[in-house]
Amino acid sequence: MIGIVDYGAGNLFSLKSSLKFLGIDHIVSADKEALARCDRLILPGVGAFGDARAILKESGTDVFLLEQASSGKPLLGICLGMQLLLQGSEEFGSHEGLGLIKGRACPLKGDIDEHLKVPHMGWNSLHFTQKSPLFKYSAEGDWVYFVHSFYGKGCGEDTLATADYSLPVTAAVGRGKVLATQFHPEKSGKAGLRILRAFAEV
Amino acid sequence: MLAKRIIPCLDVRAGRVVKGVNFEGVKDVTDPVTLAKRYNEEGADELVFYDITASHEERKLFTDVLEEVASQIFIPLTVGGGIRTVDDFARVLGCGADKVSVNSGAIADFSLIGRAANKYGSQCVVLSMDVKRVDGKFTLFAKGGRENTGIDAMEWARRGVGDGAGEIVLNSIDTDGVKGGFDLEMLGELCSIVDVPVIASGGAGRAEDFVTLFKSVPGVDAGLAASIFHFEEVNIKKLKEMLKASGIPVRI
Repeated sequence: MIGIVDYGAGNLFSLKSSLKFLGIDHIVSADKEALARCDRLILPGVGAFGDARAILKESGTDVFLLEQASSGKPLLGICLGMQLLLQGSEEFGSHEGLGLIKGRACPLKGDIDEHLKVPHMGWNSLHFTQKSPLFKYSAEGDWVYFVHSFYGKGCGEDTLATADYSLPVTAAVGRGKVLATQFHPEKSGKAGLRILRAFAEV
Repeated sequence: MLAKRIIPCLDVRAGRVVKGVNFEGVKDVTDPVTLAKRYNEEGADELVFYDITASHEERKLFTDVLEEVASQIFIPLTVGGGIRTVDDFARVLGCGADKVSVNSGAIADFSLIGRAANKYGSQCVVLSMDVKRVDGKFTLFAKGGRENTGIDAMEWARRGVGDGAGEIVLNSIDTDGVKGGFDLEMLGELCSIVDVPVIASGGAGRAEDFVTLFKSVPGVDAGLAASIFHFEEVNIKKLKEMLKASGIPVRI
C-alpha cells in the first residue's frame, strides 16, 4: 500500500489515476496513523516551497516524514515534494528543508543560458548518473515531463539523474530508500508509469 | 534539451469530437476517448480539449470525457472553451486537466488571468488568442474568431504574460483551415515579445509544415493541429520521425 501524503499542495488526480492504472493499492491521506500503516509513501507537490514547508511543519508532517524515512520506509518526493526533501530552498527567501537529501532548491534563472525559457516546461530526456532501483525499468534517454522554475543545486553524490537545459539540471535524487524526481512521473506517459511501478517494488 | 511538442486538439460537443473549417460548419468525427488513446500511442506530447458545448447537460458530458481520458492517458492535458471564472478552472482541474486555456473569458474579464495564476500558478494558465490581420495589424478576435475586438494582439499577449499567463496558443485566423502552413510571420512577431512557451496553431496541412515551423521560428515550442490528425492525413509518429531526421529535438 502506497500512502500519498495529502497536505493540500497540488492536484492529485493524475497521481491517483496512474497508480490505479498500474493496479497499485494506494490511499490519499493527511492522517499520520493511516500513512504510518502504508509500506511506502509519496510526497507530491506543486506550488511555493515556503507555503508547503509551513504546512508540513504546522501539522507535524515534517517530523513524521523524517521518522518514517529513518525507519527505512521507501519515500518518493515528486516536483516540489523533491525540493522539500533537500537541505533548503532559496524560493522567495531562504527556507530550511527536511535535509534528507543534499542540495538546495535554487532559481534556474541566472544559472541557465539567458535565452532559455523559465519555467523549464515540457519533455526532456534523462541521463542517469548512477544506478537506482527507481529506474530499473527505465532506459538512458527516456523522456519525462518537467514543470519547474527552481532546481536542486549541489545535490552531489545524491544525484541520480539529470536533464540537459544548458546545464545538467537535477532530475532525480536519492539516498538509500529516500528517492525523488523533479519531473512528474504521473505525467510522463509510459516512461513515467515504469518509474512508478519501480517505486512500488523498492 | 526540451523537445518540440506536437499537440492534437480535440473540439468536443455533446461528448463527441467535431471539427469545423475556417470557423464554419461542424462535422462529427469520432469518440474522444478512442481518439485520445490513438494519439497517445502515436506519440502526441500533450492533448488539448476544447469544450464547444452549448448547454449545461453537455458540459457534464465534457467533464465525463475529460475524466475518462485522464484516467487512462498520462500526458499533459489542457482544457479550453467556456472558461470564464476561477470556478471553471477548479471544475476542469478536478477532472484531470493540468492546464486551462482562456480566450473570450479573458477578453470579457482580464483579471481572470491574474486571479487564476495566483490560485493555481502560471504554469496552469494558458492564454489562447485568435488573431487576424486587419489593415496590416495583428488584431485580437473574440467568440471563436467571429468578433473583432479592435485590440492589438501583440499588446494583448504582453499584458497577459505580465499578469501571469504561462503559455500562449496563437491561432492565426488568416491561415486556419487553409492548410498552407503555419503563420510564420505572426508567430515570429509574438516570439520576439514574450518569454513564455508559444504554441503555434492554424494552417498545418502536411508534416513538412511542422518542420518549416520549428526551423523558421525557433522560439516556437509546439505545433497544434486538429483535422489533419483526426483524418489521418498526418500520422504523429511519422511526423516526429521526420522532425527528428531534420535535426529537431522530439520525444520518440
